[in-house]
Amino acid sequence: MQDKPEARRKSFLSPASGVASLIGKFSRAARKYRIEWWILSVGAVIIAVVAFMTLFPGLFTRFDPNDQNAGPQLGAPSIGHFLGTDNLGRDVGARVVYGSRTILGVAFAASLLSALIGIPLGLISGFAGNWADKALSLVMDSVYSFPGLILAIAFAAMLGPGVINITVAVAVVYVPTYFRLVRGQTLQIKQELYVEAAGAIGARRSTILAKYVFPNVIATVVVVFSLNIADAIMTEAALSYIGLGLPAGVPDWGMDLSMGKKFLPSGVWWMITYPGLMIMILALGFTMLGEGLSEILNPRLQEY
Amino acid sequence: MSETAEAPLLEIDGLSIAYPISIGTVRAIDRLSLSVRKGEVLGIVGESGCGKSTLGLSILKLLKAPGRITGGEIRYKGRDILAMEGRELMELRGRDIAMIFQSPLTSLDPLMSVKRHFVETMRAHEPGISEGDAVAKAGDILEELGIERSRLEEYPYQLSGGMRQRIMIGLGLILRPEILLADEPTTALDVIVEAGFTELLMKLKRQYDLTVLLISHNLGLVAEIADRIAVMYGGRLVELASSDDIFEHPLHPYTRGLMDCVPNILLDQKELTAMPGSPPDLVDQKPGCPFAPRCPKVMAACHSQDPVTIHRRGSGGAERSVACWLYEGEA
Amino acid sequence: MATLIKAEGLVKNFPVKEGFLGSFGGKRRYVHAVDDVSFEIAKGEVLGLAGESGSGKSTTGRLLIRLIEPSSGKTIYRGRDVSSYRGRELEALREKMQIVFQDPIGSLSPRMSVGQAIGHPLAIHGRVSFSERKDAVLEMMEKVGLSPAAYLYQKYPHQLSGGQAQRVVIARALVTKPDFVVADEPIAMADVSVRALILQLMRQLKDEMGLTYLFITHDLATAKYLCDRVAIMYLGRIVEVGTRDELFAHPHHPYTKALLAAVPIPDPRVRKPKNLPSGEIPSALNPPSGCHFHPRCPYAKPECSAGRPPLKDLGSGHLSACILD
Repeated sequence: MQDKPEARRKSFLSPASGVASLIGKFSRAARKYRIEWWILSVGAVIIAVVAFMTLFPGLFTRFDPNDQNAGPQLGAPSIGHFLGTDNLGRDVGARVVYGSRTILGVAFAASLLSALIGIPLGLISGFAGNWADKALSLVMDSVYSFPGLILAIAFAAMLGPGVINITVAVAVVYVPTYFRLVRGQTLQIKQELYVEAAGAIGARRSTILAKYVFPNVIATVVVVFSLNIADAIMTEAALSYIGLGLPAGVPDWGMDLSMGKKFLPSGVWWMITYPGLMIMILALGFTMLGEGLSEILNPRLQEY
Repeated sequence: MSETAEAPLLEIDGLSIAYPISIGTVRAIDRLSLSVRKGEVLGIVGESGCGKSTLGLSILKLLKAPGRITGGEIRYKGRDILAMEGRELMELRGRDIAMIFQSPLTSLDPLMSVKRHFVETMRAHEPGISEGDAVAKAGDILEELGIERSRLEEYPYQLSGGMRQRIMIGLGLILRPEILLADEPTTALDVIVEAGFTELLMKLKRQYDLTVLLISHNLGLVAEIADRIAVMYGGRLVELASSDDIFEHPLHPYTRGLMDCVPNILLDQKELTAMPGSPPDLVDQKPGCPFAPRCPKVMAACHSQDPVTIHRRGSGGAERSVACWLYEGEA
Repeated sequence: MATLIKAEGLVKNFPVKEGFLGSFGGKRRYVHAVDDVSFEIAKGEVLGLAGESGSGKSTTGRLLIRLIEPSSGKTIYRGRDVSSYRGRELEALREKMQIVFQDPIGSLSPRMSVGQAIGHPLAIHGRVSFSERKDAVLEMMEKVGLSPAAYLYQKYPHQLSGGQAQRVVIARALVTKPDFVVADEPIAMADVSVRALILQLMRQLKDEMGLTYLFITHDLATAKYLCDRVAIMYLGRIVEVGTRDELFAHPHHPYTKALLAAVPIPDPRVRKPKNLPSGEIPSALNPPSGCHFHPRCPYAKPECSAGRPPLKDLGSGHLSACILD
């Protein structure tokens, strides 16, 4: 690659050409990997935008989501309020922007929590085997066979309202997902020649698990994590839709969805549409990221 | 092997095959030309990546995407196989040219009994054949293979590797093809079973008047049964000669290198002369001879120009050819 | 020459997993993979262990260095019975007894670089700092012909050729300067031209580092080239053992004779009669009584099915488990 001084100067001086070169890099990769890269990129962009929204809400809206005097009640979308106002006079746009924090925060934290519990358990269970494995698998399979939403509802009801509680309720549902995935991978990798070879050079079981098994398992986990967050988003939205878990002051898309439903017959479409759309788009974003990553990390055999 | 004016049974003419992959294009076969005479056993020899298996698959037009034929023809009795489609191609496969593969484990359907395998094969070409007739024929061929008729009822998992490979030959020969194409047929077999298989193959060849194309990296096997040997390297045919000539008077440095590095159990070898380096990277193909980086006799021309194929007379007057700049003067 | 390592009466039976109903009736079934195998290897020697599939040769190799636990039998290393070593002791043993497997790329973790893979045994056996480790690894890489070492140090297994990968595996096995190496079909998966290179390398390293090998193979031609002595295995037992010259020139056991006759010769002028034994290798679940080979043996007599034939001494270290002459 030639390092022409003018090229460097150009990109330094012009952010536009900087972006252009980035797009260039992306489209080269996109041509190379074709559709997987497009899917991943779109997903990544969606997540990036929403993440930005959670971090810098002020850039997207100037209203306070709980301010009931922001505008008229049930005001249709207008110049002043792009997405309209709800029945309490709160700006829908602001509720969408600030609601992103809740939903993304809960979904992400819940997925992280279930991963942190499920992955180590899966590793140890798969690697060690024996009665411990059998017992743990039994427990995990039982939880897994429970319809996720009902389990989440049960836990949310038990634990009561609160952001932490709802996070835990959602996390419980996904622990078996990670457990089963990691255990299955571990069982498979345990049979591989390089694991036997690691034993032959004198590595202890714990070392083998950490250095030879875990790194080879983790690739699939990353993909599942993203897909899992998508699922957690839906679960969290569902929980707050039925009114479980979150206190009144916290803006939440699920709750707004439920509120909006009440006013739909009177022709107020904006209260339900925008939160609903956002749930869908965010979940889609994570799904696309996960699927795109999956294809790139483990490409289906299409080459010789 | 005397020459005849007879037209070759199978003629590969300037065949080129490429595979596009994410980092470039692999030229699996590069302008290969080869004729197969009726009644001969032609051994196609080479290491991994030389293109021999790709060649085998392309003869029956079995190449899967993304592999593409980028040039040349393969003529069977004058008709271009690569231009055939549908019915014509289906009849060619099995009836005119049959193929057996390396791993009998995966070539046989685990859910079908031996009997079913034979009946299905026969039905595919002769839809009207009755079950009774088909089973009888299957039983006949099993006898020739040295397998009891009762085995017809068994399933692949009940058979040993050697037996499965024999079934494969049976399936290949049941329709009395002219040409049998065998792609590494003994690689997965034990030594004694391999020897038995080879004996069987030769016996059947004589009996059915077959022409055999044997693709293998096992020089011992090829020495045993091949009349002529084609040596492939980097997707090209580098040498073609009678079996005697290849082993005793190899012309191409690669062929010479191969002969020198294979241990012979009858000899007292103190040293094996190994060729440095490894088979070429088919993606990053440079102009010139693919063997140039490893060749002990490399010259300047080898790095820039593709070697021309030189034709000569070998021992006993047989034809032979080699693609090497060392023999340029004879062109 | 002093004996470095000895196998005494190694036995390994693998229980067959019965289906749910099967576990109710009758006795447990076993695969008799290794059936009372004994041999000695002198320091600096290469003993070949040859046989076809089901012979138990790979299992024997693993039993010898305690990668698998024998059902019974001992391993004597440097005069000490190491069969009951556990934990720390066993770990220390691994520094001195290593193994090279058949599948080079499969033996390496896809997520570990060449440098990490080769360096790991050094890390385990307590050696030194990271930089000293790196130096030792680079030195070993040069020794096995992985050049340029600094460049290949960061590569991952999928970026290597088969030949390079096998060199990495050899480097990893030798980096702790072991005495003894079990090579389990190390060239079986390599290309023809690469095989000769690896064999040459193994010979060279043996001389340079004073190694002792157990060379497991199904390819007798290779065994003849590399080994000082060769033991032939059939269905879990050693049927013949002798020096290279003696065994190949004067094979005694009918199975050895059959095996040698069946080896293909890369020379079209040679046409030798094969006299192949009938049938195929029986299942190790239910091996034939007496001499395992008797159902296929062209010289079989009634006595052959009676009891297990002992290894008869034919002189100058040539042993054969055949009661006939």
